[in-house]
Amino acid sequence: MADANNGYKSGSTLEKILRAGKFAATAELGPPKNADAEVIRKKAGLLKGIVDGVNITDNQTAIVRMSSIAAATLCVQNGVEPIMQMTCRDRNRLAMQADMLGAYALGIRNLLCLSGDHQQFGNHPMAKNVYDMDSMTLIQMVKGLRDGPHFQCGEEIKGVNPRFFIGAAENPFADPFEFRPYRLAKKAQAGADFIQTQLIYNVPRFKEFMKRVVDLGVHEKVYILAGVGPIKTAAAAKYMRDQVPGMDVPDEIVERMEAAGKGIEDKKARAEAMREEGIKICVELIQQIREIPGVAGVHIMAIEWEEAVRPIVERAGLLPRPTV
Amino acid sequence: MIVAEQKPFEEIKAKIANANKVLVVGCGTCVTVCFAGGEKEVGILASSLRMASKIEGKERQIDEAMVQRQCEWEYLDTLKERIGDYDVVLSLGCGIGVQAIAEHFPNVRVVPGLNTAFLGLPVEQGVWAERCAACGNCILDLTGGICPIARCSKSLLNGPCGGSANGKCEISGKDRTVDCAWDMIVKKLMARGELDKLLEIQPAKNWQTSRDGGPRRIAREDLMLAKE
Repeated sequence: MADANNGYKSGSTLEKILRAGKFAATAELGPPKNADAEVIRKKAGLLKGIVDGVNITDNQTAIVRMSSIAAATLCVQNGVEPIMQMTCRDRNRLAMQADMLGAYALGIRNLLCLSGDHQQFGNHPMAKNVYDMDSMTLIQMVKGLRDGPHFQCGEEIKGVNPRFFIGAAENPFADPFEFRPYRLAKKAQAGADFIQTQLIYNVPRFKEFMKRVVDLGVHEKVYILAGVGPIKTAAAAKYMRDQVPGMDVPDEIVERMEAAGKGIEDKKARAEAMREEGIKICVELIQQIREIPGVAGVHIMAIEWEEAVRPIVERAGLLPRPTV
Repeated sequence: MIVAEQKPFEEIKAKIANANKVLVVGCGTCVTVCFAGGEKEVGILASSLRMASKIEGKERQIDEAMVQRQCEWEYLDTLKERIGDYDVVLSLGCGIGVQAIAEHFPNVRVVPGLNTAFLGLPVEQGVWAERCAACGNCILDLTGGICPIARCSKSLLNGPCGGSANGKCEISGKDRTVDCAWDMIVKKLMARGELDKLLEIQPAKNWQTSRDGGPRRIAREDLMLAKE
């Protein structure tokens, strides 16, 4: 089966870039809370040619949005390679596999496996959750569809089977810290081809995490893309530092964001100054993270701020993107 | 034990609104221990309902009864002589007790006075917490005696997810009341030197033994009475 892809597992651009040893760059695109295809086209336009793949979130933070499969398809049609996210919160193994068959048929080649934010956070906290699978067994299932090829139940897939480049997430800053590198290793063992990490602002702590990952040899089994993201305002930095579980934002970052807006009377100019500082910090983070052994690329999460991706990638010296 | 709590008084009142004769039936087992449907709660609720009826100007007879275990026919038989005299039986048993009364006395109209909450235990005076999801396939030996099905908000078999912070679950919010089950499992097993257990990937769960396989039943031939 692999022969059909010239030796590649999926043949996606992201896979080719990483296999070629190039430093990868991916971004994120949040589908709208409506049925407007134009929103996706516009956002895709901002990211086309700037990154190697774009994550399409799946009811992110448990808020109903256009389905990741539909938004990813719109991306394919607009020349942007999607990395379709799939969570275990809303679907059981039947629905997930059905969606995988459909997504592959529609030209989607990268799939990111997540457990998903609990519905408690979102706009339907009264919903029943599913969690038939977890992110680990979801990875195993996608690998089975590709390499078996068989369904999760063991039944052989006859005809075209979905062959995804399999992604997973890991949060180096979640607790218990000492177990996180092992959990990443477990995801590699389950069959993940690449990992995207949670947002990194504390580089020394991430370095420590990566050292353990490299000591375990996991970076040789899975490509690790470090998560970064520009902060828009000092308030957002503070919120992430104080309120978001599993986020580690050092005081220094908050102080830099505050200092950027200080003394500027004009509201618009102040916001602009902070946004500029946010982008600057992000570029510096990429430059520092790039030097850490075992890091194969960056995943830029500019949530509802897709315009920021181009200047970040450009100033980080990652343009033009390699062709493979 | 089965942990339950009493329904709001207004809801209970509405459930017996059309009845002239009501029998409030408590249960002497789990719901007595969790202070939801024991003799004392039956007494208090019955008095409150009598008072409320009086205020409304409604003539209503409200009697009290206790059954050692509402979930067993032989104990329910103690009500046999009188239960038919009432328009409504207000059960302060768990959901099993309510159904046992309905099944054992098909002509009786029974209404629930409790909400059955979970299988758990009192963790401190006045606080109960869930411990078991009755999934039908116990793996507590693999997880240090801490159940991820019942105690992880996502029932993960390969946790913890990225939302675990300082030993608390991401759903906790500001009051930080929900412990991260996987944080506890990982710390316990690592301290015991059982990292190997954590490194093993737990396969996708077979939910057939849980409610997903349909209503469950256990039949043991060794205990059944011989057929004539």
